[in-house]
Amino acid sequence: MLAKSPEKEPAAGGVRADAALETRAVLSLAGITKSFPGVKALSGVALDLYPGQVTALIGENGAGKSTIVKILTGIYQPDEGEIRVDGETVQFPTAEAAARYGVTAIHQETVLFEELTVAENIFIGHAPKTRFGLIDRKQMLRSARSLLERIGAKIDPSVPLKDLGIANRHLVAIARALSIDARVVIMDEPTASLSHKEIEETYELVDRLKAEGKAILFISHKFDEIFRVADRYTVFRDGELVGSGLMQGVDEGQLVKLMVGRPVDQVFPKRTPNLGDEVLKVAGYAHPSEFEDINFSLRSGEILGFYGLVGAGRSEFMQALFGITKPSKGAIRIDGEIAVIRTPNEAIGKGIVYVPEDRGKQGAVKGLPIFQNVTLPSLGQVSSRGFLKMAEEFKLARDYTQRLDLRAAALDQDIGELSGGNQQKVIIAKWLATKPRVIILDEPTKGIDIGSKAAVHDFMAELAGEGLAVILVSSEIPEVLGMSDRVIVMREGRIAAEFEGEGLTPENLVRAAAGIEEARP
Amino acid sequence: MTSVAQTQASDQIPQGRQIPDRLRTPMQRALASWETLLLVVFALVFCINSFASPYFLDPWNLSDATFNFTEKAMIAFAMALLIISGEIDLSVASIIALASTAMGLAVQMGADTPALVGIGLLTGLLCGAVNGALITGLGLPSIVVTIGTMSLFRGISYIVLGDKAFTGYPDSFSWFGQGYVWWVFSFELVLFCLLAVAFGILLHATAFGRSVYAIGNNDVAALFSGIRVPRIKFGLFLLTGLMSGLAAVCLTSRLGATRPSIASGMELEVVTMVVLGGVNILGGSGSIAGVVIAALVMGLVTFGFGLLNVPGIVMSIFIGILLIAVIALPRLARRFFPRRAAS
Amino acid sequence: MSGRIHISREVVLGGAMLVLLGLIATRFPAFVEPGNLANVFNDTAPLIILALGQMAVILTRCIDLSVAANLALTGMVAAMINTAMPDLPIPLILLVAVSLGVAMGLVNGLLVWRLSIPPIVVTLGTMTIYRGIIFLISDGRWINAHQMSDSFKAFPRQVLLGLPVLSWIGILAVIAIFILITRTPLGRAFYAVGGNPNAAQYAGINSGFTQCAAFVLSGALAGLTGYLWVARYAVAYVDIAGGFELDVVAACVIGGISIAGGAGSVAGAVLGALFLGIIKNALPVINISPFWQLAISGSAILIAVAVNVTQNRPKGRVILKKAEHAV
Repeated sequence: MLAKSPEKEPAAGGVRADAALETRAVLSLAGITKSFPGVKALSGVALDLYPGQVTALIGENGAGKSTIVKILTGIYQPDEGEIRVDGETVQFPTAEAAARYGVTAIHQETVLFEELTVAENIFIGHAPKTRFGLIDRKQMLRSARSLLERIGAKIDPSVPLKDLGIANRHLVAIARALSIDARVVIMDEPTASLSHKEIEETYELVDRLKAEGKAILFISHKFDEIFRVADRYTVFRDGELVGSGLMQGVDEGQLVKLMVGRPVDQVFPKRTPNLGDEVLKVAGYAHPSEFEDINFSLRSGEILGFYGLVGAGRSEFMQALFGITKPSKGAIRIDGEIAVIRTPNEAIGKGIVYVPEDRGKQGAVKGLPIFQNVTLPSLGQVSSRGFLKMAEEFKLARDYTQRLDLRAAALDQDIGELSGGNQQKVIIAKWLATKPRVIILDEPTKGIDIGSKAAVHDFMAELAGEGLAVILVSSEIPEVLGMSDRVIVMREGRIAAEFEGEGLTPENLVRAAAGIEEARP
Repeated sequence: MTSVAQTQASDQIPQGRQIPDRLRTPMQRALASWETLLLVVFALVFCINSFASPYFLDPWNLSDATFNFTEKAMIAFAMALLIISGEIDLSVASIIALASTAMGLAVQMGADTPALVGIGLLTGLLCGAVNGALITGLGLPSIVVTIGTMSLFRGISYIVLGDKAFTGYPDSFSWFGQGYVWWVFSFELVLFCLLAVAFGILLHATAFGRSVYAIGNNDVAALFSGIRVPRIKFGLFLLTGLMSGLAAVCLTSRLGATRPSIASGMELEVVTMVVLGGVNILGGSGSIAGVVIAALVMGLVTFGFGLLNVPGIVMSIFIGILLIAVIALPRLARRFFPRRAAS
Repeated sequence: MSGRIHISREVVLGGAMLVLLGLIATRFPAFVEPGNLANVFNDTAPLIILALGQMAVILTRCIDLSVAANLALTGMVAAMINTAMPDLPIPLILLVAVSLGVAMGLVNGLLVWRLSIPPIVVTLGTMTIYRGIIFLISDGRWINAHQMSDSFKAFPRQVLLGLPVLSWIGILAVIAIFILITRTPLGRAFYAVGGNPNAAQYAGINSGFTQCAAFVLSGALAGLTGYLWVARYAVAYVDIAGGFELDVVAACVIGGISIAGGAGSVAGAVLGALFLGIIKNALPVINISPFWQLAISGSAILIAVAVNVTQNRPKGRVILKKAEHAV
């Protein structure tokens, strides 16, 4: 299915002479500046997208990637600078205008109208019309069917979207991008929540779109996939353009250096695990639909990694352990004694705390100041007979945020004003303030900047050194391997394997997570 | 390579830097608040009224004027907590009707004053429990549930009373709505002041109040932080029911009669009072002080219009405009002066 | 594709209504005679028309509590125009009523769109403002039957092909809104905006504008109903249709239109309105005091919303089932 025409392949040598790569940009941004109250999101950045080529946009969180996407799709207006399509200066005052010039974006939120049919999702905003100005449903279904066939999707266009799974929804999003006859396709972390197989299929689609001559802007955090799909790169740092060029001739180290402004090799803190007694023992934990037969034990001072593909049931299990959902059977022992946990409140009382994956929804209470976020699970500790003591609140917050090296203007600042990394520090601080025995960290470094990431890793090691039992749920293999003493791999709601010592290799984890026993025929 | 890379020496992180507790002093915060603006409005209305009518500044007239808002404000205090937590109760006026009807029935059976008060409060509590159970137990949206119970509660009053009315309340019962504790200070006014203080403390100085704010800003994160979200929400509906029951006691005592149409439309005025008081209708922020001042402003305006013989329905236009204007004006201001609002 | 088996809300509601009619018919067969059913439909037509507009508003995650006040104000204006100029032809009055309704809907819509004020606050406010304006323009006086021209009063009652004009307008409104909702970009945009406002923005749909359009539609239908209401009952005063906005919301909720936006159908709104209409008309027939009506519609709202929510509860990601399937 990889119908790449040879002249569109970047030639092996003589980069500058390559005719295909010298083609004129379909869309270019020049001198784009965008400010929000208090922050300059972009200052004078440029970006060129060429037909039949994939340009990877690389940058840490907060580098301005999402802002540029919003400018390209007409959601935001730049304060300064110009957008040129085929060399002519244009404006994208609305999303519709951007679509008219053939710019479209595919990301998790592109099309998700549960109650509308697949065909309506593909054509919303530009449905074919009859001569009375009504939507021509027959025509729409026909076009939708042929679009879906073109991308090899076996989806009935007349069913409501709510009947589709995640992977199929993704295909609908891609069909939509094709339906508006896009010339520029923006793919914003397109593989973020997909399985291995689906990711491969996405790469094939990218190749196909390339072959059709679309200019593709590919945003991703994963370097392996950037090297897999991209022809060019553009790197943003703190809202500025710091580098761009052809993928040929650069390596990962150079890109990372551009991204963070200094060479960073992912170094994990060295530690000698100081294992104590068994703190937590889980026996036969099960849930009617999410996970089954979970058994493991955890000792103080240990970091236990949980690896698995997205949707393997890791977060679901952790949330049951924390009392958010109810298990159907199984038992927990804490310090050897049976413990019943039905609510998060009971879990906290037993010394089990959970730093959730979804920081914005489940972690930070935006609207409340930092110190009140920190004291939220410890209200009993900072009050007497229900009356809060503000001085103690501040003291508790000060102690723990300082330990995590939080960067903030003041402790009464709204947590929503902090960067992702600093929000995560506040959330970890709030849990440490409860003096837990077991801390569960669910994707603790997802989407935070490299500096904060290192801080979180160091801190995790420090906590384990102090005798805390740590569970680290992560989908990042280097992180899991770099931090954990032992790793449990989950697949489809069950424990697939457990590794420690010599067994802790990337190959073992990937195989166990994907369920590959032997090499497949 | 067409890199325009510029390597900046990243500044070294000092370990454990000190973060100040506060950015602005409490005084600075207070001066820039909605409550201060309301207080200015209150002062203005007060001055205009005292110029417009020579009868305004008479203590007894002013005391009479407080009846305009005391009953509504009792409910508004509880409603403020409920709205801050992200819920709403539109059935409060219907709870008054049902509680009043229950008291009326009890009078027919010869209940004495303490029993009447008990029945009024208990009916309110029960109605609150119904709302709370439906909303937190079944996870239904509060706006629809309370639109439903708004019809149901008042509907029961209509079934019991039809087009008749209950009268014949004992003389001692009239004290709650008509009695004075001392000089011009009526029982209702004193109750209003006590409740204002009690609710202020509950919302601003207790762990319960903090939980209410947390739930209103992000109920999922609050749950993940170990806060018993359903229990607190249920408690708030109970509290709102209880306050409606209390308002029913006062109102019934003041009117001396129960009709099924009693207090109709009062939910609107209560919500207006809360929103005018600076409580965010979407939840998460607001203060009791704001609601207190809003109650005073609404009471004074109503009283002032009354002195000028403006009919009640015109007053309701004014309240409707006020409700929209208090939310619209800050947004308009932000649109035209974006710089100032950014701070 | 096990989704095929689940029965739609509309079918459940339709079934419940037939059972209700059947129960009434066992004791009072006269109630289900075609002539009487036509009367019930005619009586429910205003509720149906308003529920259609409300449905559009609720689909976009808003609510319009000002519909009854809008109806009363346009009704009063229509009646006053008629008393001042009895010879003004009915189509012109209809035009005035609809335009006035549109204007009031536009006020709601613009406040929601341009100033992002929560719809419940906007329409609670405009509800009292519109009612208050009726008092201001009428000085609190009633306009009675004898002050209205005969043609003014006769229009909704005129019988065409066996049904009164009021019923026909109701039917036309259902057809028109059905086409609007299912066959036009605007109609689909109602679902998109209510279902996923973020995604709607990326799809080039202006959420605020779409919400505003829904309010205008609701206003237009309320204006239309305003004239029909006043002409049919031959009286106009400040409090007509007081509290009717709750019936309208109730009809939508009973009809399975999700208050969270993005889900619901024209059939649902119509069935919800008819359900309330049947109960209202059946009460006197089965000798229950009309004072029961309020409590019954309240209970119906509660039952409907409880049933809807339990039906739509997310079924989880079902990781294990997938695993069993793979084996």
